[in-house]
Amino acid sequence: MKTYQEINDKIRSGKALVLTAAEISDYVERHGAQKALAEVDVVTTATFGPMCSSGCFLNFGQCVPKIRITDCTIDGVMAYSGLAAVDAYLGATQLRVNAPANLVFPGDFSFGGGHVIEKLVAGEMVEVIATSYGTQEYPRRELRTEISIRDLNQAIMVNPRNCYQNYNVAVNRSRKRLYTYLGQLEPEMKNASYCSAGQLSPLLNDPWYETIGIGTAVWLAGARGHVHAEGTQHCPSCRRSDNGVPMEGAGTLGLTADMKQMRGKYVRGCSFRGYGASLALGIGIPIPILHEGILRQVCVRDRDILAPVIDYSEDYPMKTGNVLGYVTYEQLKSGQIELDGKKIETSSLSSYPLALEIAEMLKEEIRSGNFLLSEPLQRLPREQAMKPFPVREKSI
Amino acid sequence: MSTKKLLLRFPKCETEKPIVYQLVKEYNLMINIFAAKVTQDQEGFLVLDITGEDEWIERGMDYVRSFGVLIQTVDSGIVRDLDLCTHCGNCLSHCPTHALHIADQQTMKVELNQSLCIACSACIVNCPYGACSSVF
Repeated sequence: MKTYQEINDKIRSGKALVLTAAEISDYVERHGAQKALAEVDVVTTATFGPMCSSGCFLNFGQCVPKIRITDCTIDGVMAYSGLAAVDAYLGATQLRVNAPANLVFPGDFSFGGGHVIEKLVAGEMVEVIATSYGTQEYPRRELRTEISIRDLNQAIMVNPRNCYQNYNVAVNRSRKRLYTYLGQLEPEMKNASYCSAGQLSPLLNDPWYETIGIGTAVWLAGARGHVHAEGTQHCPSCRRSDNGVPMEGAGTLGLTADMKQMRGKYVRGCSFRGYGASLALGIGIPIPILHEGILRQVCVRDRDILAPVIDYSEDYPMKTGNVLGYVTYEQLKSGQIELDGKKIETSSLSSYPLALEIAEMLKEEIRSGNFLLSEPLQRLPREQAMKPFPVREKSI
Repeated sequence: MSTKKLLLRFPKCETEKPIVYQLVKEYNLMINIFAAKVTQDQEGFLVLDITGEDEWIERGMDYVRSFGVLIQTVDSGIVRDLDLCTHCGNCLSHCPTHALHIADQQTMKVELNQSLCIACSACIVNCPYGACSSVF
């Protein structure tokens, strides 16, 4: 048994032994669980992929005369301004005001909120157009200007849902091509698409949210951030394997960090033909090896993690709950899965190489004493189902 | 006999001359054209395979150069910007020839084998980050 304090003391003194989630399994196999438990202090996990439920709060500061913004666009993308005078929230999937979307199908969605966020983090200039109805103390009615992130008082990323614990593998059983948030799905199951770092992914290494909870320090695109809440649609009550690992989406995290500290490489606008625009983020989360149970869980390998294969032509949109089968991440990463005797080529939306890079970087930051762990203030729910959206006729 | 894949850039004034015809007729070269385009500025691009005796290829290229045509050796014409590529692997199941592939299962990095690429553009429309583009 180790405590957060003991581990942080070792990190401060530069003596902590830190491994990535990709390394720990082999380490335990080579040295045995007892030795590993005594020696290893932290295991780093990471993921990089599109995370649509992301965005940022921005504060522009005041101009002369002052403005109380009612409507605002940044590079043509609407930022929600139903807040105080010069506060706004820019969402990752928001399109430009005049974007054709899917008017001519499939639309290419080349630019959206995620791309604006990418530009901001990269330090590029963006155009802000703001209007107001004008008040006595905020007389200005309109403003057109160009700013960079350095001009903002605050740029704080606040993401309602990141780091899905596990995810669907999408296929298309119909006879026409589908354009989805998991990419293009060819007819008659000619390809399959998945989105998880598998054995490296944070919540797959902590299936019961023992160390990852509200207040946990995370590496969010290079900035030190925190878990601020359970993620939206956090649904721990789901099918799980014998090792406790969810066999479907399950848990999620709400994350926040200062965008001014982020690195452009890990904040990337992305476009999905026929679906929309989004934001891909790199996230790393350290897991302290407090006891044997946690060590056992971080030793999970791709072959021990199952993902459900879902038909996105019928079962997904109609929410039938039908699962065509389960495959492991080892199979998915091999480039080919087999379903009912049919070989299907796979694509991934999650970047394993970038996840690996982030896990290594976080390992170095902890080793060098630059990243301390924080004990969660509150655990995430371990039992909670997902509610449907009730469709009701409003009675008069 | 050898085969070369070349990109010919034609200046504005030469787009109307039957240069490829002359390469076949006068220089005994076999030509396989992959892509051809005249831009808005009336400059021309041509991507082709040229097969023939080395000596004839050399002479043919001297002939082409005499018109001010710029000759570059190219691969398929598909370029991957490594600063934009995240190595996610979304392109993999869309690439019909497996030119885009994962060479090392440990690192899972996506590699592009130009000799297998047929410039079908599937990677261009499927890349969420716009990492792949065509030189034309």
